[in-house]
Formats: sequence, structure tokens, C-alpha cells
Amino acid sequence: MFFQQLVNGITLGSIYALFALGYTMVYGILLMINFAHSEIFMVGAYLGFWALSLLPVWVQGWTPGYFTIVFAIAMMGAGLLAVTIERAAYRPLRRASRLAPLISAIGVSIFLQNLIQVTVSAQSQPYPDTFKISHYEFFGVQVNSLQIFIFALAISAMVLLQVFITKTRLGKAMRATAQNHTVSQLMGINVSFIITVTFLIGGALGGLAGVLNGMYYGSIKFNMGFFPGLKAFTAAVVGGIGNIKGAMVGGFLLGIIEALTVGYISSAYKDVILFAVLILVLIFRPTGIFGEEVTEKT
Amino acid sequence: MTLPRRWPLIATGLLVVLILPLVLNQLGNLYAVRVIGLVGIYCILGVGLNITIGYTGLLDLGYIAFYAIGAYTAAILSIAGISFWLGLPIVMIVGGAIRLGLGAPVLRLRGDYLAIVTLGFGEIVRLVLINLDAITNGPKGLPRVGEKIAEVKFLSFTLTENIHFYYLILAFLLIAIFISHRLEHSRLGRALIAIREDELAAKLSGINIARTKAVAFVISGIIGAVAGDIYVHWNQFVSPESFTFWESVLLVSMLVIGGMGNVWGILLGVVLLVAVPEVLRSTLGTAFVDYRMIAFGLLMVVIIIFRPQGLLPSRRRELELKTAGEES
Repeated sequence: MFFQQLVNGITLGSIYALFALGYTMVYGILLMINFAHSEIFMVGAYLGFWALSLLPVWVQGWTPGYFTIVFAIAMMGAGLLAVTIERAAYRPLRRASRLAPLISAIGVSIFLQNLIQVTVSAQSQPYPDTFKISHYEFFGVQVNSLQIFIFALAISAMVLLQVFITKTRLGKAMRATAQNHTVSQLMGINVSFIITVTFLIGGALGGLAGVLNGMYYGSIKFNMGFFPGLKAFTAAVVGGIGNIKGAMVGGFLLGIIEALTVGYISSAYKDVILFAVLILVLIFRPTGIFGEEVTEKT
Repeated sequence: MTLPRRWPLIATGLLVVLILPLVLNQLGNLYAVRVIGLVGIYCILGVGLNITIGYTGLLDLGYIAFYAIGAYTAAILSIAGISFWLGLPIVMIVGGAIRLGLGAPVLRLRGDYLAIVTLGFGEIVRLVLINLDAITNGPKGLPRVGEKIAEVKFLSFTLTENIHFYYLILAFLLIAIFISHRLEHSRLGRALIAIREDELAAKLSGINIARTKAVAFVISGIIGAVAGDIYVHWNQFVSPESFTFWESVLLVSMLVIGGMGNVWGILLGVVLLVAVPEVLRSTLGTAFVDYRMIAFGLLMVVIIIFRPQGLLPSRRRELELKTAGEES
């Protein structure tokens, strides 16, 4: 049972980790909680839903290309949505008090949820099960191909991101901007462009997480982003917000905690336990596992 | 105490809130009286939340939890046979104690972290209410079949109709406004505003940050619990679904749109966000309710960008925002 729940937890954790990256990247650069990120996840899931169900049959026959196109559409769409939100709702507030962008983000979140609810559907919709699931068993532990697919995809996205952040010029500029906007600007970095890139990447990863979430649970709904969003944010905080590796580790950790809670304690209280983890981490180690001490006044 | 500068306006307003519901009631428009009563409840909540958000600058996204705690405590007490007036201090103590228990560890967190922790706490309370069947009757809510929430008696008079409760709510709202108004101009209130403006400078001026924040947090929690107490006696029923995260968000939006820190702004915000949608719903049909939330979302963004001080800001805050704008 333990290993079975561990497998479930790692699958869940892959999704949370991808999702958490968006929170942590934006926080690292703008010091704001992008509350609307959970809606980017949701819209990403819907874009994937439309792509999966509307692509012509001849594309559906060619499996690798089919999924590549679906993920490309969802990720591009979610990334562009994140960039648009930043332009419209956060950029005008860059010099405002710290709570102003958070309130603006909540406004965006309400807007998007209700837009989908009113224009698409208020009910949960079944996700197209185009992915052929085959089951395997290793030493009594059930693993299916979808779980392997989610894990592999999440890991490759994270490795690509890590390479991008540490090895490329743009990644270097992002790290510099996270440390200090003014000095980065003086070094010739276009800070606004870096922020746009951050939202684009974070949003795309959030959209990817949304599609994977839809495929894993088999249904989507307009408010599907809320709880996973809080969990992903918790993951980012647990790992040390602003820290990319932290978000990945935190995501897996949270997925495993959730799966073990469901397995050993009760599924009714799984969200209570996760919020309790969030509160305890914030109280006793607000910098998280990998976080560095940050001075409040800058 | 001298009369406020705008006393004619206030007197007219008081007269309207005293007489208008009575007229509506006589005309037989009970629905309108109920909506006005609901606006009153939200006003009490808004005034309470304003002490945390407007005065102290702590973004509380789980305020509805204290409304829920007040409502459930009152329901349980009432079912056990304790009258409204005897139960009221108990509800206040329970609400205040839980608020203190939550506040003591989390109040030192930074603004946005605090927002997330209070949000998490609000959801924990809701989930516990749903799952703690033995005490709360789970999603079915209280009272259980065969039980009854006792009526509120005032001397020998029993409150039964909406209009009776309207005056009870109004009385409590006026008390809440009075407390909030006196608080704002007290030593404590100025300390709260100093913390909002610059915590470090406030600390250096000798303000005990932790204690001051905790006092404001607890007062605001007690006001929320009292609102829940009144609501459950009026509504005679309570279930967890009334206390979702979106209710907390609605409360915060009222403050943001109306104008944080100013009681009149809050009243305007509540009227705009509770009464106007209700009126539009009865005229335009339920489809409008869905679009209402879309409009709220957009409105929140637009207002925070173009009029961050809200529609009716407090004079002090407006001044601060203006000078802050000139500096940058």
C-alpha cells in the first residue's frame, strides 16, 4: 500500500511541481502571489480539452504528433494568457503597494472563472480519453502508462527549464532581475521583457499542468484550479518561494503527502492537512526548504 | 463629543434607514426588507473586516470563517436552550479566542503570506464544518430535524418578522460603526494606521506591533462572530456552503470598491455589491447573477488600477495616497 500511494503521490506531485513553478518564478521576480495562476491552469486544461476533441481525425491517428499539437496549443495559449494578464492587470500596479497586485489578481481570477462558467459550462465535463492507458505491475505495485507519461513529461519540462535558467543568457538575465530590478536595468537588461518571458514560461507550465490534470482525473470544471492552485502555492512555499528547485521538490513532497493522507488517514481531511502544512511551514520556516533569508525592506 | 461636520447628511441617512424599511414592510414588500436586512449583516461584516484590512493593512482572506464560527456557535447554543442574549457573550468569547489563537502565530507574517494563511484557515474551517458530522451535522447544516433555533426575545417581545430583525441588525450595525469610529480616533487606532503605513517606523516609535495587531485582529473577529450570531437567529438555519472562499472575496471587494478605512465607503460598497445585484436579479432574472461575478472581477481590477483608494476613501488615506503619488 505504501509504495502504491507513493506512485500516486509522485504522479500528483509532478502536476503540482509544474504548477508551482509558475508561482515561484513570478514571486521570484515581482514578489507577488500571482493568484490568477490557478485560472491559467484551468484555461490550459480547457484549451487542451478543445484541442483533444476538435482536432481532425487524420491528426488523431498519428499519436505523437497529436499530443505534441495538443500540448503546444494549451501551453502557448496559457502562456499568452499569463502575459496578457500581466500587461493588463499587474503592470499598471508595479509601483503600487504590495497588496494592490494581489487584489487585482483576485479580480482576474473571479473574472476568468465566471467567464468559463457562463460561456462554456457550469458542470464538470469529461476529458477526452484519447490516451491509451495500459497497466503494468512491478512487485505488486500498479503503475499505468499515463502515470509514467505525466512523470516523464514533467521531469523533462523541469530539466529544460533548469538548463534554460542556468545556461542561457536569457536565464541569466532572469536570475539577475530576480535579485535586483534597478541594477539589472543598469546592466542593460530589459526588465519588462524579462517579466514578460517569466509569465510566458510560468503560464505555459501551468497550462501543461492543467492538461495533465485533466487527463489524470478525467474531468474538468471551471473552478478546478482553486484547490490545486492552493496546493501548488503551498508547494512553492514549502520549497522556498522564489526558488525553482524548491518548487519542484515541494511539488513532489506535497503530492506524496496528499496521497499518503488519502491512503492512511482520510480523504475527507486531505485538504485540511495540506492547509495545516502550509500554515505550519509559514509559521516555523517561512523561507521553506531551499529559501534564503530575505530582508523585508528593500 | 461635538457633532460630526456632516451631521445633516448623517441625520438624513439615519432617518432613511429607520423609516424606509418600515414603509416597505407596510407596503407588503417583504423581499425588499429581507434584502435590506442582508445588506445590514454584510455592513456589520464590512465594518469588522475594515478594522483588519482598512486600518491595519492586514489582508484577511478568511474573514468569513469567523462569521461561520459565530453562526455555528450560536446555533449550537440556541439548540441547547440558551437564549440569544445569554449566548451573545459566549459567541463573542469563542470568536475572539479562536481569532487570537490564529492571530498569535500568523500575525508576524508578511502581508501576502498572511493573506494566504488566512485563506487556508478559512477553508480549514469550512472543511471541518462539512466533515465534523457529530457536532455540525455536516453538509446538511444545523438545526437537525426535530431541533429548533430559539427565537430572539427582547424583553417580552418576540422577534419573528424580517422587519423586527432589520431593527436588531441596525442596532448592532450602529454599535459596530460607533466602536469602529471611536477606535479610529483613539490611540490604538492611530497606532494601527501607523503600522499600516510603515511597520518599521511604527515599531521605532515605540508601538508594540504584535500586541496592537492582535487587538485589532481580535476586535474584528468578534464583530464577525456577532454578525454570524444574528444571521443564524434570523435565518433559523446554517450550513457550510454559506461560507465559501468567495464570500470572503466578496467582502474584501466591498472594502476595495467602496473605499478602505472609511465606514461610509464600506456601506456604499455593500450596497453596490449586495443590494444592486439583488435588485437586478429580481428584475432581469437569475441569468444576471452569473454575469454579475464577471463584472465584479473586471471592476476589481479596474478600480484597483484607476482608483486604488476606492469610491469613497477615508480622507486621511486619500491624502496619503495623493502625497505618495507625488513623491514617486
